[in-house]
Parts: sequence; structure tokens; C-alpha cells
Amino acid sequence: MMNVPFMLALTIGAYLMGVYARRKTGMALLHPFIISIPVVIAVLEMADIPCVYYQDSTAFIDFLLGPSVVSLALLLYDHRETIRKNLAGILSSITIGSVVGVVSVWVLCRVFGLDDIFMYSLEPKSVTTPIAMDVAESAGGNPSLTAVSVIFCGFIGAVIGPFILRIIRLKSPVARGIAMGTSAHGLGTARAIEMGAVEGAASGLAIALMGLMTAIVVPLFNLLLAL
Amino acid sequence: MRVITGIFVILAHLVAGNLLSWLIGGFMPGSVIGMVLLYITLRTGIVKEHWIRVVAVFLTDNMTMFFMPAFIGIMDLWGIISMNFWAWIAVLVLSTIVVMISSGYVHDIVERLLQKKSSQGGRSCRS
Repeated sequence: MMNVPFMLALTIGAYLMGVYARRKTGMALLHPFIISIPVVIAVLEMADIPCVYYQDSTAFIDFLLGPSVVSLALLLYDHRETIRKNLAGILSSITIGSVVGVVSVWVLCRVFGLDDIFMYSLEPKSVTTPIAMDVAESAGGNPSLTAVSVIFCGFIGAVIGPFILRIIRLKSPVARGIAMGTSAHGLGTARAIEMGAVEGAASGLAIALMGLMTAIVVPLFNLLLAL
Repeated sequence: MRVITGIFVILAHLVAGNLLSWLIGGFMPGSVIGMVLLYITLRTGIVKEHWIRVVAVFLTDNMTMFFMPAFIGIMDLWGIISMNFWAWIAVLVLSTIVVMISSGYVHDIVERLLQKKSSQGGRSCRS
């Protein structure tokens, strides 16, 4: 029971509806998934199609995640001047950010009594979804749980981010952008772009660098835990 | 021609990344290694930016759509999420706040330290 053209059209069509709604309303926080995911789920439920069949039929779209992660290099390349000028600050903040992200998930999962599957799926949760899914999969997590958690994190960061930045009185535009990008990846960056061009650029490059750093930190941390 | 060249160059980096990932026992995902490799080949001029721009921009701009299939997996996961719903939310919210504050602060501090140093250096240069 595979129907590749139908599932591809359903996915792309639902996604376009979500993008269109965001463009019409002009709300950066109206993530396309808020509309597209319920649409797809409703169609699958009505037609009584199991989730696995949908995923098998859309394997082609899923495949594009790998190449799109590779393509993030162009984003870094475009911002190479910003990176060069702020190298020390960016490297130290991204390193601390990814370590804090992984360790805090471990501590909090203990505190709230969540299983290992949650821990391994959430460790890379501050990273852009495709990288997070790959990292979680190698760590023994569930990529779907990771995808949902990552997007939720993006929402949290984008909604409360500006408020938190005001409380901690972060003035430097690069630091503000880094804070948004490391904690809330793409959604945080959409918000950072509204704050200013420098914030947006810093947040954008933080996405790729945070992904790289977390891909190093997560396996190291898990190795340490296994000792 | 430009599209097909871009697809090939990006795929070649992904393949090389996967190969390296396999060589280091899957320690890091091949896609992330491929990203580093592409950055290196771009900076060294082995790959020209205009070879990949069209495809790379298409891929990064539409990235959100590419993880819809994975996201739909929530249908099968809803049971375990809803059982731990509040703990899950709490972990995500608290961890996101901690990451935001720590990375922002660290960058702010390092930036200020360097500024102090360079402004002192600048003054002595000018005098």
C-alpha cells in the first residue's frame, strides 16, 4: 500500500497551505506545521492509512534532509565575515550553549523521571531538526520524538526569547542573535530577524554551528555516561 | 545544468561525509560531516559558490517541509508523549531558557573582554 504521488502531493500541498497562512497573516510564529500537520493527519485518519505507509511513501522527502544539512555550509560561507570578526565569542558561546543544552536535558530528565528514550531523543533538542534527528538516531533516541521536541523548543524560544533577553539585559546584537539561534534554531532566527539584521545573521550562523558542536558533544557526553 | 551540478556537488559531499562517519564508527552523523566538508571546499575555492547556490538555497529554504514525514510519526508516539506530557514540556522549557541565557551571556562577556583589550591596543597604536 504505497502511493508515492498522492502522499507527495498531500505533503507539499499541506505545507503550502501552512506557508500561505503565515504569509497572509504576517505572523512569524505561525509555523507552517500548525496547519499542515493536522491536515495530513486528518487525511490519513479519514482514509485509515497507517503512519508507516505514509512515511514509506514520502521517503523521498525525508531523504532531502541530509543534503539540506550539507547545504547549511553555504549559510556559514555567506556569513564568514561575521564569524571571523566574532570568532572567539561565537565559538565559546556555541560550545557552552551545546554543553549546557545536553547536560541540562540529562539533569532535567532525571529530576522529572523521564525514560532514557526521552533523554536520548531530547539531548540534541536545541539544534535544527534534521541535524537533531540524525544525532538522536545515532545516540539511540527516536527521531520522530526528537522532531516534535525540537519544533516545540523552537516555539518556546521564539515566544519567550525576547522577554528573557530583556530580563537579562543583553545589549550586544550579536549576543542576542546567538542566544536566539542556539536555543531556538530556525524559529528563533525568524524572531531574531525581526530584532535586526545583525541579530538575524548571528542567529542564522548559530544554527549551523550549534548543530556541528552538538553533534560532537552528544556522543562524547553519552560515552562519559556509559563509563 | 546549474541545478544538476549543484545536486551532484552536494550529494558528493554527503557521500564523503557518510563515508567518514562510517570510518569513525558513526560517532558523528554523515550529514554534519558533509556540511563541514562543503564549508572547507568552499573556503579553499575547490567548490565555487555559484555551482551550488541555486540548489543549496532551495534545500535550506524548504528544510521545514522535509521533516514533515518524521513529524507525522507523532501519530504513533502520542501515547508515550501524553503519558509524560508535563514532564516533557518542563524539560523542554527549562532547558531552552538555560541554553539561551548561558550562550547569550558567554558571548556578551567574551565580546566585552575582547573590546576592552582591543580598545587599549588601539589607543597605544594611535598615540
